[in-house]
Amino acid sequence: MVPDFIIQIKDFISQPWPWWVGGPMIALIMFILLYFGKEFGISANLRIMCAADGAGEFSDFFKFDWQSQGWNLMVALGAMFGGYIASHYFLSSSGDIAHVSAATVESLKGLGLNYEPGAVPLVPEFYSWESLFTLRGLVIIVGGGFLVGFGARYAGGCTSGHAISGLSALQLPSLIAVVGFFIGGLIMTHLIFPVLF
Amino acid sequence: MKISRYIFVGILLGVTLYKSEAVSWFRIYEMFHFQSFHMYGIIFSAIIAGIGIVQLIKRTHMKSTEGQEITFHPKDRSIPRYLIGGIIFGLGWALAGVCPGPMFILMGSGYTVLAVFLAAAMFGTFTYGLLRSKLPH
Repeated sequence: MVPDFIIQIKDFISQPWPWWVGGPMIALIMFILLYFGKEFGISANLRIMCAADGAGEFSDFFKFDWQSQGWNLMVALGAMFGGYIASHYFLSSSGDIAHVSAATVESLKGLGLNYEPGAVPLVPEFYSWESLFTLRGLVIIVGGGFLVGFGARYAGGCTSGHAISGLSALQLPSLIAVVGFFIGGLIMTHLIFPVLF
Repeated sequence: MKISRYIFVGILLGVTLYKSEAVSWFRIYEMFHFQSFHMYGIIFSAIIAGIGIVQLIKRTHMKSTEGQEITFHPKDRSIPRYLIGGIIFGLGWALAGVCPGPMFILMGSGYTVLAVFLAAAMFGTFTYGLLRSKLPH
């Protein structure tokens, strides 16, 4: 028999987390890594994984002591475990739901994505192996992945490295990068999506 | 390197971004439509708490578990690199609705097709490595 208070804790964590819990938790994660003498930046793993696969033969950019960065791969591995744990043990009663606004449900209809309010999934159905055989699925998954990997390294960081770590340390380059993230994101969402969907 | 503590930090990150819905394609879409405060709230509250943490570390000359004072390396000064690179990243972020953290988290939660996204992202990083000397920085 599981004690009541364990179930209460589980139910408490299982609720959708408001932004004012999510944001400070991310800052706490950044702090823990700083306290361990490391910097929070997930996209660096892409470079580490390239280097580990022998990309150093093709470019000096991948010739570095990637083994010393192994800790970051462990953070990525832990994130995968975290995703498994959250989706299997801490799912709320309403399930895998993105609690987006009514306005968003309405604009999704413009893309041909018809959802009832309160029933928008966390991840759209085009994140499936089958959709890789459709043009839209291929563009989103392969094209999106390529741009994220290329852009993150060009800019020297992604959402974690620039928007969180960099802006927390009041770094001007990170502000420029984050402005870039939003210019790119707005162009994609407002100018390219209407053509793509 | 103590492996388990980094895995623990990763688990904390995975559960946080999953439960706060930051891994959702639809939340990213909503953010770029300015239709909810949710994602902005996450980012702004993380930064405000983060600024406080960084100031505290600097003012108390806090030492890391490695015994050295925690330092912050100023990033190289440049505009084109951060702006162009940032725009390319933003195009991909909005298109895929996924950035590198959620990529790993979603893979773990069962969306195995994100492995293809990871391979494409590695290929993007690899391509950057090849073209690096020819790009404005």
